[in-house]
Parts: sequence; C-alpha cells; structure tokens
Amino acid sequence: MSFDCSEHLHYKLLHLTGEVDLHNSSEVRRCLLDILKQGKSVIVDFSDLKYIDSSGMATLVEGLNIANKNNLSLIIAGANGAPLQVLELTRLNQVFTIVDSVADIKE
Amino acid sequence: MTEQSQILIDVNNLDSAYGDRQVLHDINLQVEQGEILVIMGGSGSGKSTLLRNMLGLMKPRTGSIEFGDINICHATKAEISKLRRSMGVAFQGGALLSSLSVGDNIKLPLRQHTDLDENTISIMTRLKLELMNLADHEDLMPSELSGGMLKRAGLARAVIMDPKILFFDEPSAGLDPVTSVELDQLILNLRSAMNMTIIVVTHELESAFTIADRIAVLFDGELVITGTVDEIKACTDERVVNLINRKPRKNQLDADKYLSRLTKGAN
Repeated sequence: MSFDCSEHLHYKLLHLTGEVDLHNSSEVRRCLLDILKQGKSVIVDFSDLKYIDSSGMATLVEGLNIANKNNLSLIIAGANGAPLQVLELTRLNQVFTIVDSVADIKE
Repeated sequence: MTEQSQILIDVNNLDSAYGDRQVLHDINLQVEQGEILVIMGGSGSGKSTLLRNMLGLMKPRTGSIEFGDINICHATKAEISKLRRSMGVAFQGGALLSSLSVGDNIKLPLRQHTDLDENTISIMTRLKLELMNLADHEDLMPSELSGGMLKRAGLARAVIMDPKILFFDEPSAGLDPVTSVELDQLILNLRSAMNMTIIVVTHELESAFTIADRIAVLFDGELVITGTVDEIKACTDERVVNLINRKPRKNQLDADKYLSRLTKGAN
C-alpha cells in the first residue's frame, strides 16, 4: 500500500494505492486525522485501491465523524471492485458521500 | 476447478484417529482461493474431525495438510501461530468467553494481535456487529443472548481480523429458517466483498446447496465425492443419494467386529 497527499480545489486529496489492511491502516489514520486537524476537508481517492479491510473502513468512519463535528467534508471518490463491495456490505455507502471520480468534485 | 485457480489448502492421504478408532480414511481434498467449500455428511461422518485437523488442533495419523509451503501437521508453533492469524473460526455454539461482554469478546483478537488504536478497534467491532444484525448488543453478556445471536456473535469474532480463510462449523444448526437464510447470504457477501475462502461444515442440505461452490461429501470417514452442487445432485452413489433424500443409513453388521467390540477387554 502507498498513499500520497495533494490538493484538489480547497480539498486535501488522499490517494490510496494497493491494499489497506491491519498492517498499514494506522499510517492512513495518522495522515487522515492530521489533515482534519488542520481544518481541511478531504477527498479519499479509491480509484487505485484494490482492497480495504475493516480497519481501513473504521479509520474512514472515524475520520468522517471528526469531519462532521467540525463542519468539514470527507468524500470518497472512484470506489470500484472489492472496496466498493465492502462499502455496500457494511452499508457505509449510505453514510459517506461517494462520487465516481475526483473530477466530479467541482467546488 | 479452473486451470488458473490457486490452491490454498491441500489435504493429502489424511488418516486420523481417536485412539484406536480411525475416523478419517485417506482423505484427499483441495481448497481453492476464494471458493466456498462445504464439507457435508451425517453425524459421525468425520466432518468435525477433518476441520480439527485442518485447524491444526489435532495431529493426523498419516498424511499432510499444506497451506502453501507450510504443512500444518508438522509445523512449528511459530508457523501455526502465523497461519492462524490468517484464519477465522466460527464454532458451533459461538464459543464466547462467558466472563466478557459481547463487544470485548469480539475485540479480543484485535487487542491480542494488533496495535490498532482503541477507537479503530471499537468501530471495527461495531461494523461487524452491524453486519451480524447485532447492533446495540455490544455491552450484553453472552448469557443474555439467544442461540442464534451467540452464533452470529461468534461469527463476528471470527471475521474481526478479516481473515483470508474462514472456517465455519455448522452455521445453520439450531437456527430458525429466516436467520439461517440470512446467515447463508452473509457468507456469500463475505466471500465477494472480502475475497475470503470459506470452509463450511454442515449437514444442512439446503444451506449447502445455496452457498457452496463445491461440496465434499464424507461418509463414515471416507470422502465419497467432491463436486459442484449439480455434480452432487447428479451423483448416483447410494450413500450420497441417501444423504440428499434423507434416508436412514442401513448398517451392514459385521458379526465378528460387533462381537469383538462387545467383548473387548473381557477374559
């Protein structure tokens, strides 16, 4: 798994690649919580994500909760394949704002 | 099996016994990555013994069970411990620790094997409880749950680490038909979303036919057939036909063996 952080409009863009699991979700958590602590809204780009386990999903849920409490946004973009199925299985697709791609976010 | 399939578990020439009583005879079975394999058979057919051997809880008399390059029958403690981190086991009765709440039972593997933050652990636990229709049951004690709830809580604990391989002993036993169907659907969803390889031991035909990619039928410790649902339904072996049609076994009595059993140890 690797991730990089860039800017998209007024969002921080967290691009995840590969597999997020028990061994590396803590790194994603640290990065995500740092961004939110800075008062920035965040897009988590799933387009190159092959797999995410429940520790990864739990990290995003924690992030969304913090974002909501601070009037920030946490948007998932480009979910496909197994990660999309995990979102559906856990019904978190009804909790997160999910868009097809980063390009769909205009403001 | 497709040519591209990856073999995850390879059981070769397995014989297993409890003392003098041989329970499994020359079992050969392969489990593919991502498949749902159902081990089916009547009571006493050796299903649970095969499961115990696969989990490394029991040493076979002869034969091997290979997980990649590790033979669990001769593995070191460290190898078995590593293997078990990639496995989840849902036992028949849930097997929760009675002194811990449902939530703490489910959190146990994460607290023992990971250094995840407690917030992450709590959310993971609630996600699994939601998945099992057990939301708001986190603080209850196991004694306050029904049989079906215990089974689902046991499943939640079995999958809390998102294992690569899930072993499930008798998922439907003792459940009402609706809960049973829901559990079957959950097993199918876990496979597709988490790409789990799932091995289910059951004697429930309907459940087996619903969830299985392949079914291995055991009869008196022998593997009669391994095949797809259609192949099992088309099988003409009398033992398989009787199992499917729920006909009682006709035991041919071996008079000498019978007498020997009755008089064992007598002068």
